Amino acid sequence: MTGVTRPVPASLSGVASRPGQAAASLDRPVKIAVDNLNFYYGAKRALDGINIQIRSNLVTAFIGPSGCGKSTFLRTLNRMNDIIPLTRVEGAVQIDGKSIYDSKVDVVQLRRRVGMVFQKSNPFPKSIFENVAYGLRINGLTKSKAETNERVEESLRQAAIWEEVKDRLHESALALSGGQQQRLCIARALAIKPEILLMDEPASALDPIATQRIEELIYDLKKSYTIVIVTHNMQQAARVSDFTAFFWLGRLIEFDRTDKMFTAPSAKLTEDYVTGRCG
Amino acid sequence: MKKQADLLFQILSLATLIIALAALGALVYDIFVDGGSRLSLSFLMNTGSRNAEEAGVYHALMGSIWVIALTGLLALPIGVAAAIYLEEYGTRSRLARFIELNIANLAAVPSIIYGLLGLGLFVRLMGMGQSVMAGAATLALLALPVVILSTREALRTVPSSIREGSYALGATKWQTIWNQVLPMALPGVLTGLILALSRAIGETAPLITIGALTYIPFAPDSVWSKFTVLPIQIFNWVSRPQAEFKANAAAGILVLLALLLSMNAIAIIVRDRFQRRGRA
Amino acid sequence: MITTRALEWIIERLLFLCAALSVLTTGGIIFVLAFETYEFLLEVPVIEFLTGTEWTPLFANRHFGVLPLVAGTMLVSVIAMVVALPMGLLAAVYLSEYAPSGFRRVVKPILELLAGVPTVVYGYFALTFVTPLLQSFLPTLSGFNALSPGLVMGLMILPLVSSLSEDAMRAVPNGLREGSYALGATRMQTALKVVVPAAFSGITAAFILAASRAIGETMIVAIAAGQQPRLTGNPFVPIETMTAYIVQVSLGDTPQGTLEYRTIFAVGMLLFIMTFGLNLVSTWLRERFREEYA
Repeated sequence: MTGVTRPVPASLSGVASRPGQAAASLDRPVKIAVDNLNFYYGAKRALDGINIQIRSNLVTAFIGPSGCGKSTFLRTLNRMNDIIPLTRVEGAVQIDGKSIYDSKVDVVQLRRRVGMVFQKSNPFPKSIFENVAYGLRINGLTKSKAETNERVEESLRQAAIWEEVKDRLHESALALSGGQQQRLCIARALAIKPEILLMDEPASALDPIATQRIEELIYDLKKSYTIVIVTHNMQQAARVSDFTAFFWLGRLIEFDRTDKMFTAPSAKLTEDYVTGRCG
Repeated sequence: MKKQADLLFQILSLATLIIALAALGALVYDIFVDGGSRLSLSFLMNTGSRNAEEAGVYHALMGSIWVIALTGLLALPIGVAAAIYLEEYGTRSRLARFIELNIANLAAVPSIIYGLLGLGLFVRLMGMGQSVMAGAATLALLALPVVILSTREALRTVPSSIREGSYALGATKWQTIWNQVLPMALPGVLTGLILALSRAIGETAPLITIGALTYIPFAPDSVWSKFTVLPIQIFNWVSRPQAEFKANAAAGILVLLALLLSMNAIAIIVRDRFQRRGRA
Repeated sequence: MITTRALEWIIERLLFLCAALSVLTTGGIIFVLAFETYEFLLEVPVIEFLTGTEWTPLFANRHFGVLPLVAGTMLVSVIAMVVALPMGLLAAVYLSEYAPSGFRRVVKPILELLAGVPTVVYGYFALTFVTPLLQSFLPTLSGFNALSPGLVMGLMILPLVSSLSEDAMRAVPNGLREGSYALGATRMQTALKVVVPAAFSGITAAFILAASRAIGETMIVAIAAGQQPRLTGNPFVPIETMTAYIVQVSLGDTPQGTLEYRTIFAVGMLLFIMTFGLNLVSTWLRERFREEYA
């Protein structure tokens, strides 16, 4: 039973998103505005009429069963789907009020502003240092070796992995554990100082302890970045995010503050999903 | 009854395998017997001579090395560039398919035809004369399909997650290829090149056709020199009616086979070295 | 200042040019051969070229009938095929249907070595070992003949036939084999009655490719087959193949621009058309086969 409800805009005065947090803390400016987005793989429509506004310096989670389109939608936000042949986008995606699908847009610049961390960590088969420095080099962001060293250290600290790797920066990244590799990928993404960080199931391949560290990291990072995280783990969404969007079969069913989504959702389908009755 | 027929058949097919391998063994044995006595340091250092016992392979060996080195220098960048285009840029277009078809066909064209192409194009039209350069250019065209094929396979082994990780950081296509994909594919590329060159070093017909002389007693001193190569010197000795040159031919073959074996060994070492480095 | 976008565009164009070189190579081959063949056919009528039975372009009394060369090529190639096709197929059957994987892993690379031996070595082997050996029980066998290089060429081509046929047979789904075994068939019956027919187009493609390889082979025949163009089916006498003729002229002092010089391109053109045609058929068959079992 699906009722496709209008995504509920977060009206935020007077309501806390998390116990103890200030009421107005959710009233952030809109960073990403998506208007009636359709997405096609060839002739098949994978995303249907998505409308959503994602706010700055908050964590927004996308939840939903496998194949519902949440990863596909995530990838439209940094135009990673452009790499796949025969894909088509209809509708508008705007970041800071400017459309990112305009023909004049430089995709390379876009991806500097919108970073991505993948489900399965994909460090380059190079040293830890080179992995983080790569983004700096190809974008010409640093002018001296000293500056590069500084930025690499800063990113590794931000990703809470500096202490573990500071003595082996020039060893292969592939020697790290799964959780460490994922944090390295986060450091790599942070190094180019994006404004938005997209995370596609960042902890799905990790053990509980590593997962917890990543979740703590996300909570810290949102002070400086706008974060969108795709997860199939509802408890994780509840723990980590301020807003949650629920997707089903390519449609956005409901979008609201996380606490409300998980305690008093508006759509029956949402309620069925979060209580485990379906999906 | 059925079982006996099956057993017989199994023996028959195994026997054909063994016959083929035995023939190979006979070949190797025969060459060792014929040429072993002639093989010596002076054989390697002498150049051509009318006297069979004084004739050596130095000039031909040097010619081969010059030609193969130049062939590699020509074929590697062009072959890798073509493979990158086909694998990373043009995969769906009809033009790319047409190019792929061409490459597949070129791989099966007899090598002597390449010699005729080299004669008409490099030696005459472009005026390179019967030089090392003309020979190398001809062999490079011959080697190109092999280099392209093995480079494409090497590029395919690079997982797409690496490319995606690079794009997500704002890298352009070429930055991704140059900084991530190509370094990872390098062992496969080099192995393919060495294999292609080891085939080229045994090529005789195309070089005879472009005019590599069968009697030239000096090693090349520039890429524009006339030259000869080891297989042609072997051919020259085999064609002589005097029996004593047979030993020279066999010894020359041994030198050629030694070269081939070392090149293949290098290819295997390169591949293994890099595989160990890539793994953490 | 060149923008990144412009640089990317330039790089893509350069890469494309390198890829397009292959098309230029084919074009170059066709152009060079066609140009000289055209000049040749201005002086020698094409009918005489294709149907004449005497080939003596370098003698005083010149004849330009190419059939003896074609006959020589065919004779050697047929002998090579007679050796390589059944043996290669049997070897492939054994490796694909009988051999344990350890055996395959060791034997296959050694078999591939046969394909890696330079052809000049095979020529030496044919002339100095195989011919005398054959002469010991075939006393009428001439020093230069078609039989010896034919047999050796068969040996050289065997791995090609074996490897491609084996690939074709391994592509046949196991379900077909299992169905046959379940009906009580032996491995031989399954191999011959189920697998080989199922892999038929792939195996035929392999055969055709091997034939093309044999026709285009040069050094074995240049060394061991002789330089006497002769329209004959007798494998015991010296003959000359198309490829050996080209070598013969290239070794000599024929000046550029003469009719004699052009003969090698005319013969080369014929050779190219033959092998190219065979390759196309082989590729077409292989594509069709892949579609059946993709």
